[in-house]
Amino acid sequence: MANKIPNRQAICDTLMEHAKTDKNIVVLCSDSRGSASLTKFAEAFPEQFVETGIAEQDLVSIAAGLASCGKKAFAASPACFLTTRSYEQGKVDCAYSNTNVTLIGISGGVSYGALGMSHHSAQDIAAMSAIPNMRVYLPSDRFQTKCLIEALLQDEKPAYVRVGRNPVEDVYTSENTPFTMGKAVWLREGSDIAIIACGEMVRPALDAAALLKEQGIEATVLDMYCVKPLDTEAIIKAAQGAKAVLTVEEHSPFGGLGSMVSQVVGANCPRKVVNLALPDAPVITGTSKEVFAHYGLDAKGISETAAGLVK
Amino acid sequence: MENRELELKSWQLRQDIVDIIMAGKGGHIGGDMSVLNTLLVLYQKHLRITPETTNDPNRDRFVLSKGHAMEAYYAVLADCGFLSLEDIKARFSQFGSPYIGHPNNKLNGIEMNSGSLGHGLPVCVGMALAGKMDQRDYRVYTVMGDGELAEGSVWEGAMSASHYKLDNLCAVVDRNRLQISGTTEEVMTQDSQEERWAAFGWHVLSIDGNSIDALDKAFTEAKAFKGKPTVIIANTTKGYGSPVMENKAGWHHHLPNAEEYQQITKDFAERKAALENGK
Repeated sequence: MANKIPNRQAICDTLMEHAKTDKNIVVLCSDSRGSASLTKFAEAFPEQFVETGIAEQDLVSIAAGLASCGKKAFAASPACFLTTRSYEQGKVDCAYSNTNVTLIGISGGVSYGALGMSHHSAQDIAAMSAIPNMRVYLPSDRFQTKCLIEALLQDEKPAYVRVGRNPVEDVYTSENTPFTMGKAVWLREGSDIAIIACGEMVRPALDAAALLKEQGIEATVLDMYCVKPLDTEAIIKAAQGAKAVLTVEEHSPFGGLGSMVSQVVGANCPRKVVNLALPDAPVITGTSKEVFAHYGLDAKGISETAAGLVK
Repeated sequence: MENRELELKSWQLRQDIVDIIMAGKGGHIGGDMSVLNTLLVLYQKHLRITPETTNDPNRDRFVLSKGHAMEAYYAVLADCGFLSLEDIKARFSQFGSPYIGHPNNKLNGIEMNSGSLGHGLPVCVGMALAGKMDQRDYRVYTVMGDGELAEGSVWEGAMSASHYKLDNLCAVVDRNRLQISGTTEEVMTQDSQEERWAAFGWHVLSIDGNSIDALDKAFTEAKAFKGKPTVIIANTTKGYGSPVMENKAGWHHHLPNAEEYQQITKDFAERKAALENGK
């Protein structure tokens, strides 16, 4: 793998870059500064860093209180704890009170591989998306992560961002990262199948499209980093231009990207939609790479499912 | 405003609360009555905030953590000119109304939404931290119920407030000793609150929370105390003001019937008259 910089590191670098001039940026961690790659931030900007201890509910409420007083609060904690242990704080103190808090779920999905279901966040998209006034983003690589964090610094609304633990292969480059807030990125256009992916599933989806091309199958690939609000226009356009739609996500099969895309396609331009996701069960023990391969969430698995759909 | 005038005012506000509840056909009347004097003293004598300064970065902050005592909060906010009492009475709990049964920060003067218990204190920790970061001298206040103290998140907030030595933060516990299912001691033991808060590193004041003088003195003392956050255990009476509802768990959320309403109104008027006559 060429890239050694995980998305969480890109978040820290971006926040450090802006914290020098924007003293309202405050980062909060729940004994998670190391896991979140935020140790450097805490060392460089101790006056803009708040440690809450292993207390995720406190983490999110404190972030909301800071935000209500004009701070741009970024609360980072493992996605599994942040979105379930402090779900209500996200709902009431961030979304309902409309505070400028960005919840950063680190080591999301099955990043913690062999640590078991307590450490997996396979329900965060469903949970966070169901909260009114909560936006949900899963950036696909380090370049897009930077663009996303910079866009979030420009507004004053709550959001949830999920990133994984390990470096992922780049989708974009430092010179070329097309990014418009709330708009999916068209990585590829093809008339046979539309593959819509989010987060760390985007790179394998793109690689799958290359494998499909070798078989004479042309795929559209959409990077739907903006899961909520969803870019419905792009989904409709992609579905209309293809025979079938395949969604790919590191999430439970319920209430995630696949469910949302199915609703949009079903209501606007009915096509067959198949959802590639984690199972509704504790996932098999392994590294995230092994887990993805097992459930067909790698380039090979995605291309096989896609090929089966258009044949 | 002198404390004697506040005493008189409190009886009018109790009547306003009951009228709001009658108009909305329900409300948390017992806790409204126990917490009213705390809110009244805070808003009339200690909180530096007016209807015109609700966006001033230097304003004092208040979060009603026991958000269900909303009718008492409405009465006080209306009395201080943030909201219109007539409008509240006309629309409380009505279809499409902004006047819901818990704090709604779309209304002028309300900082944060609450309703789920155990949120106010940690939110106020964030507000107090922001004040310290920005070297502003505003103070932050929250009021919790005693039943609410069973929520673990209260103690996460208590822990971080003392860790960060937030002496600009003052929490009040409305210790009325009753919750929806019965006495606090039956439901979940809450005695020795003074020791619990002290163990968490707080400056603790335990007072007669029905007394306007005692509340006023406690808030003044909290303001002067440096190095630790202050908690005021306000020992109050649920349903305070009328024997019809005093110390009755069933009045946690209740709509008085016509007879009860008449008696309560009479009791309030008599208490007020007695004060006016210097008794």
